[in-house]
Amino acid sequence: MHGKDFDINIDNLSKIEGHADLEISIKNKKVQHVKLKISENKRFFTQAVRGKPATGIYQIVSRICGTCSVAHQTACIEAVEKGIGIRPSDQTIALRNLMLYGLNIRDHAMHLYLFCLPDIYGKDSVLEFPDDGPEHELLHDCFDIKAVGNNLGSEIGGRAIHATNTAVGGYMKMPSIDNLKKIAKDLEGIREKTIKLVDIFYKCDFEHQSDSSFVSLINKDFSYLGEELASSTGVCVPEALFGDHLQKVVIPYSQAPGFEFQGKQFIVGAISRMNLNGSKVNRRTRKDLSKYVGVFPSKNLFHNNLAQAIEIVHCIDHSLEIIDGLEIKAEKPNLPLKLEKEVEGIGAIEAPRGTLYYDLRISPDMKINSVNLVIPTSQNQISMEREIGKLVQNCLDAGMGADKIHFEIEKLIRAYDPCMSCATHFLKVKWNKE
Amino acid sequence: MGKKLRIGWFTFTCCEDSSILFVELLNDHYFEWKKLLDFAHVKVLKSKNDLSNLDVAFVEGAISNDHEEKMLKDIRKNCKKLVAIGSCAVTGMPSAQRNMFDETTKKEIAPFLKSYHLWEKVKKLEEIVKVDAAVPGCPMDANLFLKAVDGYLKEFEVVK
Repeated sequence: MHGKDFDINIDNLSKIEGHADLEISIKNKKVQHVKLKISENKRFFTQAVRGKPATGIYQIVSRICGTCSVAHQTACIEAVEKGIGIRPSDQTIALRNLMLYGLNIRDHAMHLYLFCLPDIYGKDSVLEFPDDGPEHELLHDCFDIKAVGNNLGSEIGGRAIHATNTAVGGYMKMPSIDNLKKIAKDLEGIREKTIKLVDIFYKCDFEHQSDSSFVSLINKDFSYLGEELASSTGVCVPEALFGDHLQKVVIPYSQAPGFEFQGKQFIVGAISRMNLNGSKVNRRTRKDLSKYVGVFPSKNLFHNNLAQAIEIVHCIDHSLEIIDGLEIKAEKPNLPLKLEKEVEGIGAIEAPRGTLYYDLRISPDMKINSVNLVIPTSQNQISMEREIGKLVQNCLDAGMGADKIHFEIEKLIRAYDPCMSCATHFLKVKWNKE
Repeated sequence: MGKKLRIGWFTFTCCEDSSILFVELLNDHYFEWKKLLDFAHVKVLKSKNDLSNLDVAFVEGAISNDHEEKMLKDIRKNCKKLVAIGSCAVTGMPSAQRNMFDETTKKEIAPFLKSYHLWEKVKKLEEIVKVDAAVPGCPMDANLFLKAVDGYLKEFEVVK
């Protein structure tokens, strides 16, 4: 049992764009500060792309993140296209939507099954799930669903991680309609398993009411390609104007910056998308999941998990519609060799964990002069610190013991799904008793 | 129950693409591997991890500072075989891209390196410890990885 004044130091948290540590200082049973130190060692991509060809850097920035590499590729490609004045064809848009749907099916399933489900079943890891029974069935569901997401992404992009068919202006290789039709059958085959997952997270009673505003891109069909930037505080602007509302906050103890939206803490991710654009999920999803979609808007941070589960169904349903109407024509990107002057291009998409922005300056000879990028997990950092502080205070006020507080903190951070939210359990807590 | 291959999976300075690929390989191999592998230290799957007496340590990423170097040496001491996984571990690149920056850019990032105790030069694994095998690729080559796992299952007499 601990005294009134103590610190919580949690080393080697989940990989929020890598590694992170958590330090909480408590005095007189009051939380004094929370520091989320992103200690993932910086790899300096913003410097590395300078002077490189604008048509090629999407392959470099792909390596910023192993799980949402195609999100980085897509946002970067969109920024280059907007800068040099290229409008992708309807076919390219359809293929990009499918590729991002494959990504989100795979990524959300990994987070929900492998990282979050053990909390619900009171286990440390899926490795402890028994060899038969409902939990065992859920593991089969997990691998079936991830495999279909992987296959969809691979069919469009060439491979699911660091896609090879992608290009500024379109795709270098067209997918096979026959393969997509087979994948469509598999998508239909996993649909019921995903609805089972939605119900599990709907029934889960974990709760933490948030003070944060919600921010996401919105559009008419819940596509991850976005269009307008919206917030729960009433903002609705073209996505290119993100810089007018998003302010970088330097965090001296962290290798990554934080952000505020209109001077306040905010959240990006599936919960924001469902809160701001949930009425636009696919018609079939809305019809079959009306009870679950009706939960939103919600301020309960654990509903980020429910939102991700609903999104998997939307990804399936919208992909089925796209594949049904798809005719593939051979198309080749048609790019300028030179520009009249330096241009700026801004790309913004919804990555699995939230809004991802790329702001590029391109020289007349089509080389990168500078890049500024804003990743989802950095945008959530300030909200995470403040909500963890609130959670710990609530736990202290309720007289909760150290082990339970530790677990509650981990559960909350997992609900944010920080990038490569690896380590189902990643916190080593050091309790300094005074 | 027969003997299992005791493994650990570790990541350093990288994007963890090979870890994601490993998680995707579980789609096809999880139930088979659960019978043959003891996932002793695999942070992506569990919290109660044990570094001791590993048969094989799979290590992804390059090494950027003293802290990572110490951890890598601890892993080396506690495993019989150490396998470098993916391009950053095997060649240093692309995590070591700042080793190739021009002098102006190196001066620009120097204050950050100092504040966060990062080395001037990022290193690949074999510059620091003995590496028994390598699975190159960005992400790691899946077929070579599966071949390595099968090889160790035989070498450690988990399977015939």
